[in-house]
Parts: sequence; C-alpha cells; structure tokens
Amino acid sequence: MPQADVKMTVHSIRPDIRSIAVDGEITAFAEEALMNAYQEASGEGVKTIILNFDGLKYMNSSGIGLLVTMLIRAQRQNQSLAAVGLNEHYRRIFELTRLNEAISIHPTEEDAIAALKSSVK
Amino acid sequence: MSVQPEQTTDTPSAPRDAAFWAQSVEKLSVTDAPAGATNLNVDGRQTVGPLQGFGQLWQKTYRIRLEGASVTPVEVVKAWKEHFPEFQPPSNRFYPSVAGVQPGEVVLINAMTPGGPVSTGVMVLYSDDETFTLMTPEGHPESGWVTFSAFEEDGITIAQVQSLSRANDPMYEAAFRVIGSNLQEKIWKHVLTSLAAHFNVEQPVVFNKTCVDPKLQWSQMGNIRYNAQIRTLFYTLAAPLRWIRGIFRS
Repeated sequence: MPQADVKMTVHSIRPDIRSIAVDGEITAFAEEALMNAYQEASGEGVKTIILNFDGLKYMNSSGIGLLVTMLIRAQRQNQSLAAVGLNEHYRRIFELTRLNEAISIHPTEEDAIAALKSSVK
Repeated sequence: MSVQPEQTTDTPSAPRDAAFWAQSVEKLSVTDAPAGATNLNVDGRQTVGPLQGFGQLWQKTYRIRLEGASVTPVEVVKAWKEHFPEFQPPSNRFYPSVAGVQPGEVVLINAMTPGGPVSTGVMVLYSDDETFTLMTPEGHPESGWVTFSAFEEDGITIAQVQSLSRANDPMYEAAFRVIGSNLQEKIWKHVLTSLAAHFNVEQPVVFNKTCVDPKLQWSQMGNIRYNAQIRTLFYTLAAPLRWIRGIFRS
C-alpha cells in the first residue's frame, strides 16, 4: 500500500485534554498514523481528545471510516472526541455521514475547551 | 433519483475531494425508478451510518489479488462501477440510476433472502477513480457503509470490499447472528470473484472481520418501524388488493 501523506502531532492542553493536529490527508493509508496518535493522546486521566483539522487537505470515505473506529475506541475508554478547524466542506461531510451526532464540532480549540467547561458546570 | 455532488469545484480553494462526495440531504428522494425495480423503503428515508444502527459494529474486509491481470486500480474500479449489478449473485438485484455510480445517486436493491424478499437501496456516498462507497438508508438490514476500492501492492492490483456497519434493528441483529452474516459474506465474496473473472483471474478471496463495537445500541431499537423486510412482506401480501383496486379504477 502507498504511504500515508499525513502528519499527526499530539499536544497536551490540560491533564484531561489532549489534541491531535492533523496535517495532510486522511485516507485508508493514514490508519497507522491516526491510531498511533490516538494511542499517544489517550493517556491516563485523559477525558477529551480534540482533533484539530486545520491542516486537513484531503479526506475520502475510508478516512471517515477511520474516524468512526477511533471514536468507538475513545467511547470504550469513556473519552469524548471533539473536532475543530473543519472548513465548510468537511463540516458538511461530518453532517452527511452523521459523525456530527457523536463528535462535537467547534471552530477552534479554545471554543472546544470553553464548551467543555460549560458542560461540566 | 439523485443528490448532486457538491458544487464547489469552481471555487479556487475547494478541497480536491469536493466533487467526490454526495451533498448533504435530509431525506433521500427517488422519483424515477429504473425499469423492473421495485421502489420501496428508500424514498423519504434518511441515510444512516455506523453510529446509528442497533447491533454490534463489524468491520469486514474482503480482498482478491488480480494476479496475472495487467490492470491498474483505476481500470478495476471503472469496470466495477460499470458492471456493478452484473457482479452480484442472482438473488441480489441492484438497479443503479441512469447516471450510474456517481456521488449522491441512489441504487435500488431488490433481494431475495431466506426471510423473504427485501426492497431497499443505498446512496453513493463517495466516488472517485479508485474508490466508491455506498451508505444505507433507514430500514435497510445494515446501518453503515461499504467501500469498494482497488490499490497496488507489490506490483499486483488488489480489489477490496470493506464494510463498516451494524444491524439496523433488533430483528435484523437476530437474523444476522443466525444466518444473515454468513449470507452477506457470501455475497461480497461472490462480487469479488465475479470482478476477478471479468479480468480472467481466478483467485481466492481473503476475508477478515473485526468486531469494532460489541455493544448493542438499545436506544436505536425503534429503528424496527422502518424495517424494509417487514414492509416488503406487507407490500407483497397486499399485491392482490392493489390488483383488484386497479380493476375498479380502470
């Protein structure tokens, strides 16, 4: 299989929140990179993982399937996923595939964190 | 009977994949069914993905190596789209629209199962030169999608079917556990074998499956109200009544 044209970078925002910055393409070939990034982000005490799609350049239906698999893994760990940085096109794809019903969408990481704070009040 | 692909290609900043995805729609619309197709359980239904169904979520992957065939992944997927109904087993009739396997198009399905006939359909969620994906509507036996693709590995073109789906309601879940899962696996193996035969290749299908989510989603048990199998059965039983009503109308 061809190599994935994607780079994932994990950041710690708070002890219970980590983010994965996606830079490149999410296709079937990104499976290893995405799952490794999830593994790195999913440390002890982590309750929320924010997927930052600011650098997303291409995504096909296999890529959306990877996000579903990742979401189920997170749910089994009692973690929630949030998505930020989606442009209008990818936001519509989240709606089309109904991923938006399980992954909350916010414009920026700051907005996602603020939404988390208000939801735990 | 279609939903147009996203019309964003005239925008300089449109992502490369924009034209490959169907447009978001609230409900599917089927206005002109292909000749011979029973148009039931699709029009007015919402599409559903792997997160909306009832049963356990399974990822099933079927692969066949097209050894000896000098074909590229693009040529394989082109033939797959063009001959899609022909590659199905005789009990599984697929009726693509005139436009074919294009983003947003609806493909009607009339199948015969051990539980009786089922009329349903799928929407083409995504379609590019090397991949296409079908997404199911409410009432379909499965909630999710199935992706057909081809790629090269060590100089050999591989054709692949990968489904990510769960049974749509409790009745389908029970049926899948008893017999449906095996039947479904036979269907996709048949499709891959037929595709390979189209390129004069005879190879075994390599299959593996993973239970991605073993939990049942009890909140979705009400999906049974759209069950296409039950509705098709009632439609079939009511055929004499429709016939008599037709006589009185004419």
